[in-house]
Parts: sequence; C-alpha cells; structure tokens
Amino acid sequence: MASATHGKNAFAANIAAAMRVSDPTSAGTQKEARVRFQISDLNFYYGPKQALFGLNLKIPKNHVTALIGPSGCGKSTFLRTLNRMNDIIRNTRVEGEILLDGQDILQMDVVRLRRRVGMVFQRPNPFPKSIYDNVAYGLRINGFKGRLDDLVEHSLRRAALWEEVKDYLKKSAFALSGGQQQRLCIARALAVDPEVLLLDEPCSALDPVTTAKIEELMFHLKDSCTMAIVTHNMQQAARASDFTAFMLDGKLIEHSETSKLFTTPTDPRTEAYITGRFG
Amino acid sequence: MSRLRLAWRKSLNAVMLSLTGVAAFAVVSILFLILGYLLYNGGKSLNWDFFTKLPKPVGETGGGMANAITGSLKLLLLAAVMGLPVGLMAGIYLAEFGSKTFSFVIRYTTDLLNGVPSIVIGIFAYSLVVLPVKHFSTFAGGVALAIMVIPITVRSTEEFLRSVPGSLREGAMALGASKWRTIATVVLPAASGGILTGMLLALARVAGETAPLLFTAFSNRFWSSSWSQPTASLPVMIYTYAIAPYDDWHRQAWAAGLVLLMLVLLANLGCRLALSRQGAARSV
Repeated sequence: MASATHGKNAFAANIAAAMRVSDPTSAGTQKEARVRFQISDLNFYYGPKQALFGLNLKIPKNHVTALIGPSGCGKSTFLRTLNRMNDIIRNTRVEGEILLDGQDILQMDVVRLRRRVGMVFQRPNPFPKSIYDNVAYGLRINGFKGRLDDLVEHSLRRAALWEEVKDYLKKSAFALSGGQQQRLCIARALAVDPEVLLLDEPCSALDPVTTAKIEELMFHLKDSCTMAIVTHNMQQAARASDFTAFMLDGKLIEHSETSKLFTTPTDPRTEAYITGRFG
Repeated sequence: MSRLRLAWRKSLNAVMLSLTGVAAFAVVSILFLILGYLLYNGGKSLNWDFFTKLPKPVGETGGGMANAITGSLKLLLLAAVMGLPVGLMAGIYLAEFGSKTFSFVIRYTTDLLNGVPSIVIGIFAYSLVVLPVKHFSTFAGGVALAIMVIPITVRSTEEFLRSVPGSLREGAMALGASKWRTIATVVLPAASGGILTGMLLALARVAGETAPLLFTAFSNRFWSSSWSQPTASLPVMIYTYAIAPYDDWHRQAWAAGLVLLMLVLLANLGCRLALSRQGAARSV
C-alpha cells in the first residue's frame, strides 16, 4: 500500500519535473549539468511569519552551489528545508515543491531523505563519543551490516582527517581541535554516502588555514557528491562554488554561475551586496 | 549635606554587608554544629555491634541496629526500582516530547507533588497498600518513598536533558536517526552523568524520611523476613529510641543519626564530585 502510493507520487513528480524544464521563471543559467534538486515556488513559514517567498532554483549535480545574502535573509532556512531539518521546529509550514532526482521530498520518508542528504552545521557538533563511534554512528543507526572499520577509515580519508587521527580512533572526539571536529562531522555525514551534502556556514567558527582545508576537501568531494553551502564569506563563495544564489529578505534575487554573478551581476541589489554596500 | 549623605550611605552599606555576612555564616555553622554534635555524641556510642547485632530487649544494654540498616537499604532499593524508571521516563517526556501546555501542567503538578508533606504521602501509601491487606509491610514503605523519589527525579532528569545542546540532536537527526533513536543513543548518554547524580540525590533525600514510614513500613525489633513484613529503618529507629526514657537507647539513637547522616553525606559528596569531574571533562 505504502509503496503503491510512493510509486504514484514519484510518477506524478516525474511528470511535473518534465513539464517544468521549460519553465522560464526558473534560473536557466546552468551548464548541461544534471539537476539534483529542483525547487519550485517554495514558501516557508515560521508560525504566521513567512520566511521564504516563492523560491525557484535548481541545484546541479556534482557541483557546489553557494547561498549568499545578509543575516536573516533565509538562506539557512532554505538549506534546512532541503533535508527537512525544519520539521523539528514546531509550527513551521512548507509550501511548494522540492524534487530530489525527480522525487518530491515532502512526500518522502524523512529518515531515508536524510540518509541521502547529509548536513554539516555551523558549529562542529561531534557526539560525546569516540572518534570512531562518531563516524560509525550513521552506519549503525541505519543497520549497516559489514566491516565498519573499512568504512570508518574510508570516510575519514574522504574528509582528509585520517592521517591526523588514525592512531587515536578510540579517543574522545572532544579532544580534537575545532577544525578537526568539523572535518570529523563531515566524515560522519559522508559515512552514510549521501548524494547531497548541505553545509551551513561550516567554516564560520574556523581559522583561515582550516577553512582552506575544508574548501579543498569540498573540491575533491565534487566527484561523488552534490554540495550546497551557506556562507557569509563572499571570497569563500567565489573560491569554492560553481554556482551562486543571492538571497534577500526571503527571496531569491539572482542565481547564476559563480564567475558570472561575481563579475557581471544583473540585479543592482546583488551588485550592492557583493561590493559590500550592505549586509 | 552631601557629606552627611555619604556617611549615611557608607554606614548603610556596612550594616547590610554585615547582615548578609552573618546570615551566610549562620547557614554554614548550622551544618557544622549538627555534624559536630552528632560526631561527638554518636561517635562515642558507635561500635561494631551497632552494625552487626539486633536490638536488645528493653532493659538490657548493648545490641545494635543491623536490621534497621538493612531495612533502610531494602526500602531504598524498592523506592529506586519503582520510582526511578517512572521519574526518568517522565523527565524524558517533559524535556523531549511534551507540548507546551501539557508540559506546563505536568511540570507544575510535579512541583506540587514535590511539595506535598511527607506525612501526607505516608497516609496515601497507607490507604493504598496497607489498608487493603490490613498489615504494615516493607513494600508499603517502598511505595511511599518511591512516590517521593519520582518528582525529584523527573525535574533533575529534565534539567540535565535540557542542558544537552540542541546541535547534538540535530546532528543525529541529520544522519537519519529517528527521535527516539536520537534520545537513546546521543542525548541520554550525553546527560547520563547528571541524570544518575540526580537519581542518587533523590534517594539520599528520601533515605532520611521518617514520617511516611511510620505507618507503612512501621518498625520491627527483629529481622524482617519478607517484603510483606514490617521492617525497621534508621529514621524510624532514631525517632523511637530518641523519645524512649532509657539512656542506652539515646546513645544508640545518636549512633544511628551519625550513620544515617554519613551515608547521605557521602552519597551527596560522591555525586557532586563525579558530576564536577564529568563537567570538567566535557568542557575540554
């Protein structure tokens, strides 16, 4: 019964997705890259207060999309709708459609969605467990049967942390430095092999050297992962992303290739923001 | 004029400072007076017999309170088995699940229950457990103490769960953990030290309760043979022995008071030490 409804929804969603390809309102600046996330007419409410207004956006596969904008413009809220983290907050409401590979995530089982769409938060939030157990957490709760050791090592390598911690796997994750903790959180998210990684200002609490490490890591992860990153740091957006979306007061103002958005923005508000006249 | 005002302000300051200081000193000295007095009186009457022997019949000197010590431990065990799980679960509900209004009601009720005089809780347990079977029992005493343990455990569990940062919950949920999974595998382990401490403190608090035991567990001059038999307990023995007209009984009441206080104090200190050490480890 459940799978029948699911299949029906997926079918309807595919049709909807096919029809929306020629939609002129959505940003049409992507290269030939395939779309991972397709967001249409997304509205979001905290209680009576509307936080996102009619967002239309495509997030292309195996690229990094940066979300920039002044504080409170809704970029974190938007990022958190993509793996439905806002479900945790009471009195919130989503309208519109978010398709992940053509499937509507609002109809999807939230646990399965979050396995496919991992998240890294602003402040490193390792669990009060050992380094090993932190990375293995996602695998264990998802009932992974197999050689944990190999996957833990593989994930730590992908997060460029293995060499630094391989002799201390049983030590508490709190013993690591802030930058190491953040890479541990990335490793933890990568362990379940997500298709998308959402990064919510992952470097705001880190020093420049560590930030550079994480940006490099993002570059290498592109092969296997689609990423969306919220950042307050415009240099970071310019350096690390392929596409950039500029948001203001809950609305998407401009979305295009990063090189284009930062050199020849079409909207005067985008220009004002990236040249530092507000925000 | 302004000089006068300055002098007035300074003297007022001095008076208030000394008043608060004296009150603070009084608080500390009360504990030390009790401790010192108990140590002096209880210490000289405490001996090995006290821990190993049964009470002697009236008129004979000597004997001990082995049955009361075991009785108190049995009562605490019952209170722990019945009260702690309920308190823990309710605390988890309050901290993690409850809706705003419903939580408020539960929290408020819990605080009220915590404030109910212990003798009233004794009456409640009496009519609930003792009256139907028409005799006092260890079990009835355990029920009374369990009812007292619950509200303390609920509130301390809730506090410690709330102090776990929300980012940990988000981290677990972002990995696809369900709410219950998140609580069981991340939140509870992170708060476990505090929760256990709260539980021990709750038990230490009811260990000294006398009133609810008077007409539930009653007392017993011999070994209590089963959970359905009345049992002696340290607080009730202190009460009985202290109001008796025999010097030797007074001596034993002091000793019992010392033993009880030491048990409670040790549990208290141990908990706080463990908690502060855990707090220090977490902040590294």
